[in-house]
Amino acid sequence: MWTWFYKLASPPHVYRAAAALAPWFLGSAAITIAYGLVAGLVFAPPDYQQGDAFRIIYVHAPSAWLSLFVYSSMAIAGAIALIWRIKMGHAVAAASAPIGASFTLLALVTGSLWGRPMWGTYWAWDPRLTSELILLFLYVGVMSLRPAFEDPARGDRAAALLGIVGAVNVPIIHYSVQWWNSLHQGATVAKLGKPSMPGSMLLPLLSMLLGFMLFYGAVLCMRLQGEVLNRERQAKWVREAIKS
Amino acid sequence: MNVGTLEAFALVVRRELCLSFRRPDQLLQPLVFFLIVTTLFPLGLSLQLSLLRDMAPGVLWVAALLSSLLSLDALFKSDADDGTLEQLALSGQGLTLIVVAKTFAHWLVTGVALVLASPVVATALGIPGSAFTTMMLSLGLGTLTLSWLGAIGAGLTVGLRRGNVLLSLIVLPLAMPLLIFGAGATDRAISGVSPTGALYFLAALCVFTCTLAPFAATVALRISLE
Repeated sequence: MWTWFYKLASPPHVYRAAAALAPWFLGSAAITIAYGLVAGLVFAPPDYQQGDAFRIIYVHAPSAWLSLFVYSSMAIAGAIALIWRIKMGHAVAAASAPIGASFTLLALVTGSLWGRPMWGTYWAWDPRLTSELILLFLYVGVMSLRPAFEDPARGDRAAALLGIVGAVNVPIIHYSVQWWNSLHQGATVAKLGKPSMPGSMLLPLLSMLLGFMLFYGAVLCMRLQGEVLNRERQAKWVREAIKS
Repeated sequence: MNVGTLEAFALVVRRELCLSFRRPDQLLQPLVFFLIVTTLFPLGLSLQLSLLRDMAPGVLWVAALLSSLLSLDALFKSDADDGTLEQLALSGQGLTLIVVAKTFAHWLVTGVALVLASPVVATALGIPGSAFTTMMLSLGLGTLTLSWLGAIGAGLTVGLRRGNVLLSLIVLPLAMPLLIFGAGATDRAISGVSPTGALYFLAALCVFTCTLAPFAATVALRISLE
């Protein structure tokens, strides 16, 4: 019953599937992101409180969402690899980590740029930004644990376990940081109140979100190809794939 | 020879305690580190007791986290280096039991020592005596949780030559909720607000890690031992 599953997860198959899927992901990501950018930056009306500064949400919110999404997919891929001993799960996790870290960094940078006009400072220890920063530390931990082992298989499994432990902790960290802010009263940050967004603002945001996810898929496919080739460099099919 | 689970647990704990009390210098080093770090803050900041008191819970907790981390590296290292850990793993007692016993013993010699030393440091930092109970309780719960989190990190990095920095890199982000609630509870006790909420959170985190971390640490150790 599981044979199809293992066949699906065999390195040559993963390599070919990633190569075939990448252009589709990239193309649809380009379309959705282009629509989101034009509609969000040009056609959407300025916010009644924040003026044009709110438009950074079209980059900030999707990258913050993706930072969590990529972390959970990395942890799930690692768990699959640990439980069923599917090597390609480790390849997916390894390929995902730097992408997720980049999204986290992007969310942090855009968040603090947004903070400058809204709060008057780049960094106000806003709970959401702080938990994003801790998420970046978690990514760095996973990314530095993997190459620390001389035996790559061992590094893979260690990184997968750390990813799972981190995934369990992400909600705890998130809520405790929120609670922490309620402890430190005063300096009340101008909360980005979220009245229901009109469609002309919301639609581009959703489009950007979809576009970012597709973009993750595209970059994942590309990085996965490299990852698979590197991992299977001793295999015969790799030599044939590179020759052709 | 057939040894029951509880007996095996007690034996490992006794062995660990025996080993650490034979090397009192290693037992004292984290404590001295704790004292030195807490001395650094007044020197670097200011001598105004009112300002110090405001920062004291954070300073105390950061110092406690760092000094517990310092000793975590040794949790499995020496036993892994001389092969004892493999023998323990092969003893038929289940690796989880060994991990639980070793981590518990580690907390007994480092965490409890920190808790006992904390009133001295707290007095120097200007924390009023009325907050001592909360502070010690929160430190006790926090260091126990940290020992569990650290056991995962120590298990993952035990096979590495320079695992010490990596261990801190892995464990510190996971320990941040502890800092928030631990320092928060102490802060509230100082200002006279009831700290029960934060203490409950700390206790919940402690129970949560006590139940799940041993299994994660066992898997980590297995990955490193194989």
